[in-house]
Amino acid sequence: MISATDLRLTFGKGTPLENPALRGMSLTVNQGEFVTVIGSNGAGKSTFLNALAGEVMVDSGQIIVDNQDVTRLPTYKRAARVARVFQDPLAGTCENLSIEENLALAIKRGQRRGLSAAVKRQYLGQFRESLSSLKLGLESRLGDKMGLLSGGQRQAVSLLMASLTPSSILLLDEHTAALDPKTAAFVLDLTEQIIEEQKLTALMVTHSMKQALEVGSRTVMLHQGQVVFDIAGKDREGLEVKDLLGLFEKQRGLQVDDDSLLLG
Amino acid sequence: MLSEIAFYGALETGLIYGLVAFGIYISFRVLDFPDLTVDGSFPLGAAVAAVLLLEGWNPWLATGCAVLAGMAAGAVTAILNVKLNILNLLASILTMIALYSVNLRIMGRPNIALLTEETVLTPWYDLGLDYHQVPVLLFVIVVFVSLILLWRFMKSETGLAMRATGANARMARAQGIATGGMIILGVALSNGLVGLAGALFAQSQGAADVTMGVGVIVIGLASLIGGEAVITPSTVIRALLACVIGAIIYRLAIAFALNADILGLQAQDLNLITAVLVTLAIVLPGVRTNIANRFTRKKA
Repeated sequence: MISATDLRLTFGKGTPLENPALRGMSLTVNQGEFVTVIGSNGAGKSTFLNALAGEVMVDSGQIIVDNQDVTRLPTYKRAARVARVFQDPLAGTCENLSIEENLALAIKRGQRRGLSAAVKRQYLGQFRESLSSLKLGLESRLGDKMGLLSGGQRQAVSLLMASLTPSSILLLDEHTAALDPKTAAFVLDLTEQIIEEQKLTALMVTHSMKQALEVGSRTVMLHQGQVVFDIAGKDREGLEVKDLLGLFEKQRGLQVDDDSLLLG
Repeated sequence: MLSEIAFYGALETGLIYGLVAFGIYISFRVLDFPDLTVDGSFPLGAAVAAVLLLEGWNPWLATGCAVLAGMAAGAVTAILNVKLNILNLLASILTMIALYSVNLRIMGRPNIALLTEETVLTPWYDLGLDYHQVPVLLFVIVVFVSLILLWRFMKSETGLAMRATGANARMARAQGIATGGMIILGVALSNGLVGLAGALFAQSQGAADVTMGVGVIVIGLASLIGGEAVITPSTVIRALLACVIGAIIYRLAIAFALNADILGLQAQDLNLITAVLVTLAIVLPGVRTNIANRFTRKKA
């Protein structure tokens, strides 16, 4: 379980560029939930994810993961509980390391690293097995440099890396946004499959309202650094994009004028 | 042509600069941390070893202390960068400048002669080898052992974490790697190797001098870049081999240049030759692909 309470964060405090990114954001994600997060540009989606991961420190508020207060912990100390896939396919893997070396880095996520060989023989079976589930033929290319793979392949491997060891929450930061539609659909299917099979708790940020409703078990919309609505279960079933927009307008009493919300 | 003495001399210093190149490989290539501390940690290693030898220490123990001193110097640079957020290049320049004073303090004078002291080389002269071959033999062993240890380290869990830190720090953090700690460890390791090189250099040349570090960074870089032009560093072992090969080629090239009377070069031209060689090593691989491109274009 992960819970964020009243998170507040302002970038560039005291400067003309002062930008309040989070204004009292609160959200609790229960074990096994798959939450999709939507919101217009500047709603605070990425900042929220970065705050959960530890890449940015909040000014105030509290983040609790599995009953441990992680609010002040840096990224690397949260890594044992928090797994992450980035938007940029190049960001989640190291291009000049081989596929097996990337996987070996991930299999030790959040654990002590010693002086024994990083790529151990006993890992190879597991690596091949999980790679073959991607159906990309990567299981026979363990020694290849990551940089030889396409964006979609790299994103699929990133997803695999994030699920190689157990985590309390998987953060997906618009991880299909930089891919072409076909590859994006493949990576999204893979995401659902992995989350379902391993019963992961996940938080997925997306730009597409359609995607947000089709995937996962709960949808949260952010606006101006706050949660404006949160729907799950029966209320969410059969909901369409236009219903979502209606809900948003009713909640806030304002007109949505951002085209990006209507896309998808 | 090159005399036998000049040839062995070039091999001897080439092997020592191979160790420097290992250090520069770790900082510049693995960590992407441009570290100039080496200009200070090379004479630091020499100074520590020389003073301890004068005190009658065991030569290997004295050399070990030189390594530790180099590591400490590297750690200072990295801590200035990681903990105090000083730009990496500037942090290393600060340490390098500070080390000049530190080295003078350690030695108590600008230079120390070691001609009569027992060094790591002393027992090896009893083997019956030619006088000029002895240092080469010992340094081949030292470089070989360092290469194997470094290779194993880079393939270990910690070594892989260090490589990830330099290649993609954001990803490394997300995998739970303390990137700051990895930079401190890596830069310390790098300067430890340079300290070792300085200690061995002082013992083979029979003196430690406070100015002997000037330009070590350029020579190390020349070795690294030259080696990479000869052996493509696609794997760790190839990159490490490139360091050694590059350093030896570099010293041989210098020896040839100084020995060829037609060129009319003298010892004081050394730095100019170094700069020219480094420029060539950087430019040549590009020229090679340029020529290749021209040929393929003609075909098409």
